[in-house]
Parts: sequence; C-alpha cells; structure tokens
Amino acid sequence: MTTQAPPLLRVNRVSKWFGEIVGCRNVSFDLHPGEILGVVGESGSGKTTLLRCLSGKLEPTSGGAEFLSKRHGPVDIFQLGEQDRRRLQREEWGFVHQNPRDGLRMRVSGGANVAEPLMSLGGRHYGQMRRATTDWLERVELDISRVDHKPRNFSGGMQQRIQIARNLIHQPRLVFMDEPTGGLDVSVQARLLDLLRELVRDLQLSAIIVTHDMGVARLMADRLLVMKNGDVVETGLTDQVLDDAQHPYTQLLVSSVLQL
Amino acid sequence: MTKKLERPMIKVEGLTKRFTLHQHGGARIGVFGGLDLEVKKGECVVLAGASGMGKSTLIRCVYGNYLTSGGSVKILHDGAEVDLAGATPQTILDIRRRTMGYVSQFLRVIPRVSTLQLVMEPLLENGVSAEEAEARARAMLASLKLPEAHWSLPPATFSGGEQQRVNIARSFVREYPILLLDEPTASLDAANRGIVVDLIKAALAKGSAMIGIFHDESVREAAATRFFEIESYKTAA
Amino acid sequence: MSVQPTAQAELTAPLYNFAYLDEQTKRMIRRTILKAIAIPGYQVPFGSREMPVPYGWGTGGIQVTASIIGRSDVFKCIDQGADDTTNAVSIRRFFAKIAEVAVTESTAEATIIQTRHRIPEKDLQEGQVMVFQVPQPEPLRGLEPRETETRAMHAYEEYGLQYVSLYESVSAYRRIAATASYPVIVDERYLMSPSPIPKFDNPKLHMSPALMLFGAGREKRIYAVPPYTRVRSLDFEDYPFETQRWDDVCALCGAEESYLDEVVLDDQGNRMFVCSDSNHCGERRAEGHVGPMADHALAGATS
Ligand SMILES: Nc1ncnc2c1ncn2[C@@H]1O[C@H](COP(=O)(O)OP(=O)(O)OP(=O)(O)O)[C@@H](O)[C@H]1O
Ligand SMILES: Nc1ncnc2c1ncn2[C@@H]1O[C@H](COP(=O)(O)OP(=O)(O)OP(=O)(O)O)[C@@H](O)[C@H]1O
Ligand SMILES: [Mg+2]
Ligand SMILES: [Mg+2]
Repeated sequence: MTTQAPPLLRVNRVSKWFGEIVGCRNVSFDLHPGEILGVVGESGSGKTTLLRCLSGKLEPTSGGAEFLSKRHGPVDIFQLGEQDRRRLQREEWGFVHQNPRDGLRMRVSGGANVAEPLMSLGGRHYGQMRRATTDWLERVELDISRVDHKPRNFSGGMQQRIQIARNLIHQPRLVFMDEPTGGLDVSVQARLLDLLRELVRDLQLSAIIVTHDMGVARLMADRLLVMKNGDVVETGLTDQVLDDAQHPYTQLLVSSVLQL
Repeated sequence: MTKKLERPMIKVEGLTKRFTLHQHGGARIGVFGGLDLEVKKGECVVLAGASGMGKSTLIRCVYGNYLTSGGSVKILHDGAEVDLAGATPQTILDIRRRTMGYVSQFLRVIPRVSTLQLVMEPLLENGVSAEEAEARARAMLASLKLPEAHWSLPPATFSGGEQQRVNIARSFVREYPILLLDEPTASLDAANRGIVVDLIKAALAKGSAMIGIFHDESVREAAATRFFEIESYKTAA
Repeated sequence: MSVQPTAQAELTAPLYNFAYLDEQTKRMIRRTILKAIAIPGYQVPFGSREMPVPYGWGTGGIQVTASIIGRSDVFKCIDQGADDTTNAVSIRRFFAKIAEVAVTESTAEATIIQTRHRIPEKDLQEGQVMVFQVPQPEPLRGLEPRETETRAMHAYEEYGLQYVSLYESVSAYRRIAATASYPVIVDERYLMSPSPIPKFDNPKLHMSPALMLFGAGREKRIYAVPPYTRVRSLDFEDYPFETQRWDDVCALCGAEESYLDEVVLDDQGNRMFVCSDSNHCGERRAEGHVGPMADHALAGATS
C-alpha cells in the first residue's frame, strides 16, 4: 500500500557548513507517508543539524527538500517564504525537542501549552479546545486534574508528555523529534517510547527521530540513517542495519551496545 | 503444463553471503556461495547442516534482515517476483506485512501491549475486522494451550516457552503465504511441539510455502516435505 | 507676550525650546506618528529621548504631546479619571509652562487629552487627540519574550498566541478575567494593547471620531488608532467580550453607565461608588443630576 504513495518528503543533497565546520553533507533520502526514519550516530555527527535544516529552523548551505504539503502541494522547504514556512510548521508539522523547556512555554499552564496549536490554527471556541486538550492529556497519560498547572511543576517525563501532546493535537503529517527521551531515566523512557510508538502508528504519522540510542532506534524506526562526521554512511531497514551492519562505523556503533 | 505455470514462492539463485568484520581487521567470513533454492506452495523445506553452517543466515537473507553479497532472492508478492536485493525498504516492509512471516526463537517483547492484542495485530494490519481478528487470535492462543489468564497481560514476564508460543501464534494466525521458521520449537515441551507440528501441517495444507530450521528430530521429520543440505554451498573466505 | 519668540530667544538664550523637545526630535517623532497613523495598530520604533521626569511618569505620552502641541491647543491631562491628582497636575503645568498653552479640565474644551488609565466618559469629537502613556506596548510580551518572534507574529498576523492568555484566564476563572490592557485587533489587522485603560473603555476606541496616539517611552514605540477605525476586543465564541458592570450607580451624580471607583469610607466596611471621570461627574451634578449620597463631603472635593 505504501509502495505506490509518493514520498512525503524528498531530501536532495542537503549540506550545512558552519564556516569550516561541517554540520551535515550531501544528505539525500525519501520519507514515505506513515514511515518512521531514525537518524543515529555519535555526538557531533550532524543529526540535530540535519533535523533543524529539514524542519526549516536552519538554512542549509546547499541542497533541497521537497515536502508534499496539504496546502501547497509539493514545495521546496528552503524556497518557501518565511510566512509560508512558518505556516507549514504550524499546520503540518510537529517538533519535539529533547529538552521540554525548548518546546514548551514555561509561563503558561500545561493545558494551554497543548491547546495553543489549535488557537494558532484559528480555534476560537474555548469549550471545544478544552475538550480536545483534556482528551490529549489523557492520551499521553497525564493526570488531567493537573491540566492548569505550570510545566515547571511537572517532572521531566510529564513535561515531555505535554510536549508530545502539544505537537500531535493538530494532527500534523510529519513530526520531527530530537532525542525525545534523551534526558529521562530508563523506566520513564521506556514507557514514553511505548506511548510514542502507539501514537505514531495510530495516527499514521511520518516521523524523523534523532537518537544516539540503538534501542530507541530499534523500537521506533522503520528505517535508519547512520551519520558520521556529517555524512550518511549507511541506510537501510532498521533490523537490517542493526543486524547486518555494513559500514565499519555502524558495526562499531552496534557492537558498543550490549543488547539490542 | 500445470507444473510450469506454478511459480515458486521463494526463488534463491546463486546466493552468496559473507561478512566483513571491520572490528577485526576487516576479516571476511564466507558463509555460503552460489546457493540455489526454490520453495513452492505447500512445501516445507527443512535446512540441514551443523551449527554455524549458515542455516539462520539463509533464512535472514530470505527475510531481508541480512543483505545478500551476491545472487538474488526473489519473493512472489502480489503475483510478481520481487528481488529483495534491489527492493526498496518500503517494498520489503510491505512483503513482510502481507506475504512473509518470520518466527525466530525469541519474541521481541513490546512491553505494554497485551498478548491478545499482539496476536491480533498482524490481522488488523491486513484489514481484518477487529471482531474477526479477536476471534481468530483467541482460537490460536487456545490451540497453543496458553492459559487464558495470560491473554490480557503483556508477555514480558512470561516463561521462555510461553513467549515462544505467543510468537508462534502471531505468525500462524495470519496465514502468510510464506513462513520462515528458525527453531520455533526450541524451548517447547513434547506436547507443545506436537501442537506446532499440527499448525505447520495445517498451514501447508492451505498452501503456505515454508523454510524451517528445527533442532528436534521428530519435529523435523514430521514437518519437512524435503531437506536442503546447506553444507555443499559452504565457501572458504 | 508681545515680544517675538525668536527675538526673545536671541536676547535671553532660553533654557528650553518650545514644548521642551528640540525641533529635530519633534520632527522625528511626528514622522513616527504619521507612520503609526498610516498603519493602524502597528508599533513604530522611535528614538525616545530622556525627559525631565522619571519613566513611568509617562515619558512616551509627554514626548508625543510635546511633538504635536501648538500654541492654540487646549490641554487636558488625567490620571485614572481625575484631573486633580499630583501626576496630572504636574504634567498639565509642565505644558502650560513650556508650550504656553491653555489648560482645561473639561473634556469638551480640550484639543489634546493626555491620559494614563482612562478614556473620558463624554463622547470624543473630530479634531480631538487622545495621547496615551503606555508602559508596555507589546501585548504578546508576557507570553513570548523574544522580540524577533513577536515581530514575526505581527508581520504574519499570527495571533493565536494571544488567545493563550484568554484561554488561561477562562481555565482559571471560568471567564476572561483581564480587566485592563485587554488586547484588541485594530482594523482587523494588527494586534494592539490599549494599555493600560480598563477594558470598560475598549469599546470607546471603536470608530471613535478622535485620533488615538499611544507613546511608550521606555520601550521606544509609538502606535495609533486613526479616527473611525474598527477596534475589536479579542474573545472566544463561547466566552464573548464583556465590559465591567456595577450594581451601584455613582453615589454623587447617579450616573448608571460610567466607570465607577470604589471609595472606602470607614473601618466599618461602609463604602461608596463614584465616577472615576471627575470632570464628567462634576458636569452631571452641575446639570442637576443627583446621586444617593450627593451631600457627601467628597462631592465638594471632586467638583
Ligand atoms: N550553530 C553552530 N555553529 C557552529 N557549529 C555548529 C553549530 N551547530 C552545530 N555545529 C557543529 O556541527 C556539528 C554537528 O552538530 P550536531 O548538533 O548536528 O550534532 P549531533 O549529531 O546532533 O550531536 P549530539 O548527539 O551531541 O546532539 C558539530 O561539530 C557541531 O559542533
Ligand atoms: N550478523 C553477523 N555478523 C557476522 N557474522 C555472522 C552474522 N550472522 C552470522 N554470522 C556468521 O555466519 C556463520 C553462520 O551462522 P548461522 O547463525 O547462520 O549458523 P547456523 O547454521 O544457523 O548455526 P546454528 O545451528 O548454531 O544456529 C557463523 O560463522 C556466524 O558467526
Ligand atoms: Mg543533537
Ligand atoms: Mg541458527
């Protein structure tokens, strides 16, 4: 079924240089509807840089990325004007940051954080938005009696749940996640990953997940992109890349993890 | 005439597989080379050969879990032969979803999903109604004699044999046109092994094509429609 | 004053220019004001000057007034609704001195009305100018601290965030509780803070015949609502905008539809409500309107 559908995102030779420092270099891939792509690689390999470029937060030095937008049809993300790009980010994408503080408004309540995307898309009926918010908080398994508390009163795992709800409530087609479970302790991380996995499948989302954790990659991703020093050194089905790694660097990455 | 028309479900031609261990100075391990194998509907080809000979590797190559180093692995999918060597990841995932199941010795546990739900999943993914999926999943778990009290629990805390039965249920409930079995009975007792043999025979009768690896002599004899000796394709480095 | 100002200037080397600001600064501020009028509700940056009063005394409003005032103007200044508070009196004296203009407490007589918190109750007329002293011009600031981001939001008309504050309010109080600095959309385009007037006065901005100028000294912004411009207060479909209402009438003049201040009379919890607009209240009493406590001592004090 997914074989016929055109790609949601076509990335073509995206490079980003910070002066002499390479962020990422000549990255190309297609992302299909409903597909989850994992981006793995060691610290400094360019994962975040790539994600920031593709999500329109950072202008690449060269390259193109064509997104199949609901509003515009196929558009090159980097050619869009700022206004259209911001609208695309608001309407069709989500971005889950590693640190919830970067993805939440710490001055407003958890509930309002979740409801904001609805208001940004023109929601003007309080009661309807309140209901949608409560539904979503239940979906991410947060105690809804605390919906009006400020995020700083929540634990890291709870903040991350709020951030996830905030990024899914408007039913985006593509979600970018940068180490979504990075700063959390292991048991919290496992539950959150389970939840994410369920949501992504249920909503038929496409997602790009950056992680340096091979276990996270195995659980979440259909396909992997392995990065080293800004280059993609290997791609393939997740289980194939992890079980039969071809590139020396991938073999090193896989072997340094005890149990997958 | 009819024989000619019946295309094999699996067609392995000139398959070569070797591993390059970059962690060990680029050492190359040749597993097999120039391997040919065809599997038709209703056939269960049992792989024979000593430990380390490459039985699991062959099955993994057929599943697309391992890349091939040479030759081709063609799968009959939607009435067309697809060579895994050149197939996109999306195509391979689609083949796995609809055409080809794989039962390994170990269940990859997804912590929060109940056993019943796990067994229903392959059916739901293929558009079977929730009602029918549940009925079939229940029947499958019952036939594998997994106590009903376990069905609502995630299998994380199950014994090895119980987990393996969940794994088997998941793959057999779907009635895949192709099934790859890598020691699915390894941690089962004799009674349960017998049940699995019955499942295999029922699936073959319905036209499944299988490649299997079985340690247990009795299972091997009962399940196999033919044996395949892998040793003759053994390659040096 | 029969001597020509220029001649006098040459003779006595004055301590300050007409209306305190130098001509170049006034020109710069007038250009800013013109731009603000041309783009209703848009915050135009300007080079705010040091004034001889502390910030918070309305340096933004004073600079705006100083730039537009001429000798024929009649100047009124109110703090809350009153003409006789220390602040209002000082600013009025300031302009009387440095611009030699006539001053008044009468809303109808004034050509320029500088204000801190209120819009007078009496309907404004064409030709009148309201000058607001604004402490915080950016309505989104409390929600989004980054200036680059709020600027982009204005540029692209992304005002969903402002509704977040209303959402918070309804969640906490079951109604939109904000009473002052209640955000509005000007001419269906720019989000604007009518800071810091009570929301009671928001409807007076809508299609007003007068020109409304807003000056923020510390934040260095000027914005405007030209005469006869649409001004809409934000709200939700199920929580529509409402102004404050009082069960009482003005104790002194009996006004039913004016903004009332509560005055505590003693330790026993006795209190009275009186018009915040002292000029309005006085005029009503002069016309013979009588409130339930018209004989109270305060009546003398505020008339
Ligand atoms: N704004 C910047 N200016 C200069 N160099 C940068 C900038 N952002 C990233 N880099 C450099 O680009 C390279 C890639 O960084 P990036 O953040 O993409 O790595 P990463 O793969 O996400 O690493 P980690 O796993 O540690 O988050 C690094 O060498 C980094 O120092
Ligand atoms: N991912 C891998 N990387 C490197 N070498 C591998 C990998 N998988 C298998 N091999 C090697 O390939 C050879 C065949 O292994 P395989 O697991 O296929 O044997 P087998 O016939 O299934 O043995 P057993 O009966 O013990 O399961 C072995 O030498 C093994 O070490
Ligand atoms: Mg990073
Ligand atoms: Mg094996």
